Amino acid sequence: MTELTKLTIAQAKKGLKNKEFSAVELVEAYATKMNKGKKYNAYVCETVEQALEQAKQSQMRLDRGEGGNLEGIPLGIKDLFCTKDIATTACSNILKGFVPPYESTVTKKLLDAGANFLGKLNLDEFAMGGSNETSAFGPVVNPWSKDVPLVAGGSSGGSAAAVAAEMCAGATGTDTGGSIRQPSAYCGVTGIKPTYGRCSRYGIIAFASSLDQAGPIAKDVRDCAIMLNSMAGYDAKDSTSANVAVPDFERFLGDDIKGMKIGIPKEYRVDGLNKEIAAYWDKAAEMLKARGAEIVEISLPNTKYALATYYIIAPAEASANLSRYDGLRFGNRVDGNTLDEMYINSRSAGFGKEVKKRIMVGTYVLSAGYYDAYYLKAQKVRRLIRDDFIKAFEKCDVILTPTSPVAAFPIGDKSMQDDPITMWLNDIFTVSVSLAGLPAMSLPIGLNEQGLPLGIQIIGKAFDEGAVLKTGFALEQDVNFGGAK
Amino acid sequence: MAIDQETVKKIAFLSRLKIEEDKIESTEDDFNKILDWIEQLSEANTENVEPLVSVNECSLQMRADEVCDGNQADKVLANAPMKEYGYFGVPKVVE
Repeated sequence: MTELTKLTIAQAKKGLKNKEFSAVELVEAYATKMNKGKKYNAYVCETVEQALEQAKQSQMRLDRGEGGNLEGIPLGIKDLFCTKDIATTACSNILKGFVPPYESTVTKKLLDAGANFLGKLNLDEFAMGGSNETSAFGPVVNPWSKDVPLVAGGSSGGSAAAVAAEMCAGATGTDTGGSIRQPSAYCGVTGIKPTYGRCSRYGIIAFASSLDQAGPIAKDVRDCAIMLNSMAGYDAKDSTSANVAVPDFERFLGDDIKGMKIGIPKEYRVDGLNKEIAAYWDKAAEMLKARGAEIVEISLPNTKYALATYYIIAPAEASANLSRYDGLRFGNRVDGNTLDEMYINSRSAGFGKEVKKRIMVGTYVLSAGYYDAYYLKAQKVRRLIRDDFIKAFEKCDVILTPTSPVAAFPIGDKSMQDDPITMWLNDIFTVSVSLAGLPAMSLPIGLNEQGLPLGIQIIGKAFDEGAVLKTGFALEQDVNFGGAK
Repeated sequence: MAIDQETVKKIAFLSRLKIEEDKIESTEDDFNKILDWIEQLSEANTENVEPLVSVNECSLQMRADEVCDGNQADKVLANAPMKEYGYFGVPKVVE
């Protein structure tokens, strides 16, 4: 029998149905991998005992010929999702010891679909970072590392690494500026950020509320579609969740892409773009063309402002969202002589460097006298960026770009940390999509000279995840990446 | 719009964060690099452009004005660092 952890979710579902193995055996197989993979630091809290209990229940349902869409499938959960009675930290010292008395909507939906949760996965503190190095639990090690430990990307670094190292069948992630797509690219796995509003944000610890969106990271496109089927949907508990019909995302896979128009934004072909990445980008376009798609050049002229816009809006929203960590109602408290002193001591001890930096930037751009010059200006530019996409989609069905301008880099890389902005520049291909609230997926396109995976990004119109998945699935057949590490 | 050390201290207080004295200069430096960089937005022409507050085009949903949750004081207080008599505990604020 094939090693159980190599199976995709689709294959595992079939195997469980045909009684080739049990749900308990599946959890046990992943638990073994989790033990072997401790060096990756992907899990910050393991809940294997609970997963085994859930697996027994799943098996009973399967034996009765019942069971949901993910019955008996072992998943990992980014530690940004509140999980009832299981510690949830956002990988911040300020939330150490926090045990949510409620379940996030997305994880509840996954549990209702029969999934078994193996544990909570590492991330950049409050999802702020692009390398998982800002986590209070330390960085995740990319399973593709050779001599030098490499970053797994961020912020959903634990999710991407756990999928790559077969320490879960699939994982939840969240994406604010690229946090699902970029780590997926670095770890050679597949992830989709759905349209803003597609998944409920209820119970997901907030970073930047107008941008945050949950999505799956999995071994392939089909598994992403299967997971998304159980994650998406309107939720009255999230006023920004979209009350629109959720299609069966799996249905789009295998659809002919002949005649589809694939947009290539000319502004993304920046001077100095890594040659290997540029070559793979061309290759992906060729593959789609060979399947009968038409390649069209499009223009996103305001995309050059996306990073600066993002790094005003996201910190502004973060500074407001993170004001709730005051040492009073939950989390860590450091006493002081006055109320203000207690706030200051608690927050100074609880937050890490990157989070403090962003809270301060956010506070500044929202402060009296600067609000119009920075925050309001950024919101206006955000509209220009969004309108660029709307216009571009008059000419094409999906847009094809690289996911990241670089592959995974070494943990602690000096060149990334010398300057407060360098690390942020890695989000160049992903943030504009987040600002526009559009769905986008990253899937592996090949390996670079060092043998490290590179990702390609497919962007769709709002609520047209179907076209993204369909295109991704077609590309995946031709790329034949060879699966997880 | 470069900022000085006084502004750094003010922003830190507004953020309810403490910056160690020996970190103020590097924070000022980082801050100015970031502000220099976001300054590029000033060249974008946003005349007659409405700010985009949300990408979500759906209008907010109405619901009946009725109690749907409550009576869970124990759960609400479960994670409080300090609690007394069913309330959150704070440092003494009135002399």
